[in-house]
Amino acid sequence: MNNLAFKERLLNFYRSRPIAVFVVLILIATAGIAVATILLVSIFERKQEARNPFFRVVELTAETEDPAVWGKNFPMQYDDYRRTVDQQRTRYGGSEAEPRTPSKADPRSVVAQSRIEEDPRLKTMWAGYAFAKDFREERGHAFMLDDQTYTERQQAAKQPGTCLHCHASIAVPYKKAGDGDLIKGFEKLNQLPFAEARKLVTHPVACIDCHDPVTMQLQISRPGFIEGMRALKAGEGVKDYDVNRDATRQEMRSFVCGQCHVEYYFKGPEKRLVYPWASGLKVEQILALYDAAQFKDWTHAETGAPVLKAQHPEFELWNQGIHARSGVACADCHMPYKRSGALKISDHHVRSPLLNINHACQTCHKWPESELKSRAEEIQGRAQNMRNLAMDALVEFIGDLKTARTGGAPEAQIATAQDFQRKAQFYLDFVEAENSSGFHAPQEALRILGESINFSRKGQLALKPATGAAK
Amino acid sequence: MKTKPSERSVKPPTRLTVILAIAVALALGSAAGIGAYTFGYAKGASYLGDNPASCANCHIMQDHLDAWVKSTHHAVATCNDCHTPAGFIPKYFTKAEHGFFHSLAFTTDRFYEPIQISERSRRVTENACRKCHEDVVHDIETLKPSDSQLSCIRCHAGVGHPK
Repeated sequence: MNNLAFKERLLNFYRSRPIAVFVVLILIATAGIAVATILLVSIFERKQEARNPFFRVVELTAETEDPAVWGKNFPMQYDDYRRTVDQQRTRYGGSEAEPRTPSKADPRSVVAQSRIEEDPRLKTMWAGYAFAKDFREERGHAFMLDDQTYTERQQAAKQPGTCLHCHASIAVPYKKAGDGDLIKGFEKLNQLPFAEARKLVTHPVACIDCHDPVTMQLQISRPGFIEGMRALKAGEGVKDYDVNRDATRQEMRSFVCGQCHVEYYFKGPEKRLVYPWASGLKVEQILALYDAAQFKDWTHAETGAPVLKAQHPEFELWNQGIHARSGVACADCHMPYKRSGALKISDHHVRSPLLNINHACQTCHKWPESELKSRAEEIQGRAQNMRNLAMDALVEFIGDLKTARTGGAPEAQIATAQDFQRKAQFYLDFVEAENSSGFHAPQEALRILGESINFSRKGQLALKPATGAAK
Repeated sequence: MKTKPSERSVKPPTRLTVILAIAVALALGSAAGIGAYTFGYAKGASYLGDNPASCANCHIMQDHLDAWVKSTHHAVATCNDCHTPAGFIPKYFTKAEHGFFHSLAFTTDRFYEPIQISERSRRVTENACRKCHEDVVHDIETLKPSDSQLSCIRCHAGVGHPK
């Protein structure tokens, strides 16, 4: 009965407004069509994305240097790569954009903050060396070529073409200069003055420096790394190691970064770039190699000590840490995988993992972002604190050594102290110049800083008049 | 035969109502057709079954599927064994809920990555451990404080899909 009445009401409604009923039905059905079509198209697009990781619109060869050309085939990776212009601080690292008035000699309108103004103790450590003139916080990959070209260090000292090994996209220029031979081109450019070699390069690090243009496999293009790894492996008993032939894919995801983020020196008058790894990657093994070669970067202006400058040894320090030990590559944290639609790509916006905690850390560490950030900052804070103690110790020691030298202390005593200074400041700089504030290997970083303090204090003891040497 | 008064009083179809009726039929038919095709194209039916490959249809779960293949549990448990509750209705209710919200998230591209398990789903999985291992963990569970549930996956995080 009730049912009949409902049917009756429906019919009555239809009788009074037949067109409205039709229109409502059509609207509902159309909405249904629209939703289904949207879904269909969305699913279709995702399926297409998953099917074609990239569309080849240009041919890439071993001569394709310009990353913009590669970017036509790999627009997502290229977009991320271009974002390395970002300047963003973390608590203990990262650069801040500082405006500057461009001049003819230096057209940069933005630079990073000056580290030697932030911490004038660095000027004491580097007295007599170009770094005491100008040293700024490192910026992203996009600035590597400009910042090297226009630093005041260029005026303070004559820089060789060797610098471009890592400050430019060099794979193609080396091959061109060497008539197809990478190593020959490398040797040729090393010996040119910086300004002349600079004319042969165009881009900061680009696609071809890490990727094979045909297979996109990772490849090593830096002769310094190829030779350095061969020496390291020879020291471990592996003969004729060829990194491009023998490294695994996961190793390559660190090695491509290790091409440049390393300690190095310019060997001999031909300024050959050498990675000092023949005895191993630890700070004492590297220093032993320098001692054996009687190598010094410069003579300290205040003490006359034959001292060394450590350069960003990220690869070496990372190798001593737990992440390396667990098989985690540089790219796992600095270029973590990310999803773009249905595609999984490496994030080519290379940056501090602390700016990308969800992708960089949470893939393995299931803790909230705030917790992971505070863990990392605690590690870095401890290293920073120890670094400051080591820096104070070194500056005090340099002051004492300077006084002793002008005061006419015995030659042997001064020589002993100078050697302690060489050790103390190389150890300190090894952590200071390293770009993770100790995070890449927390315990190793603190050990090195502890030893640096010990060298500084031993050096001060060595200067005491009564006892000749405190070994 | 005597017809009902209501039916008798329906006006004969006019030209307009015929056209509208055809339009309604076309629209409904298209909606049903496109809907059915989309369902088929998106492998909709596969979601009703237990094949783990279906969970990676939309690519997000690919890593989890790859890891499951290498896990200790892959011979004894599929996705649904641990991620849906026991019983037909709870199971399909959970499937429907996941299906709707996962599709919404993936289609609109708005969700946190790496993906995280929701509180309700975590409880489902915790209970799933006990479906098989109850005898073993019974004695452990009696030790717990009464107001909390001991978590299996806090320590055994890698049994389903190791990192």
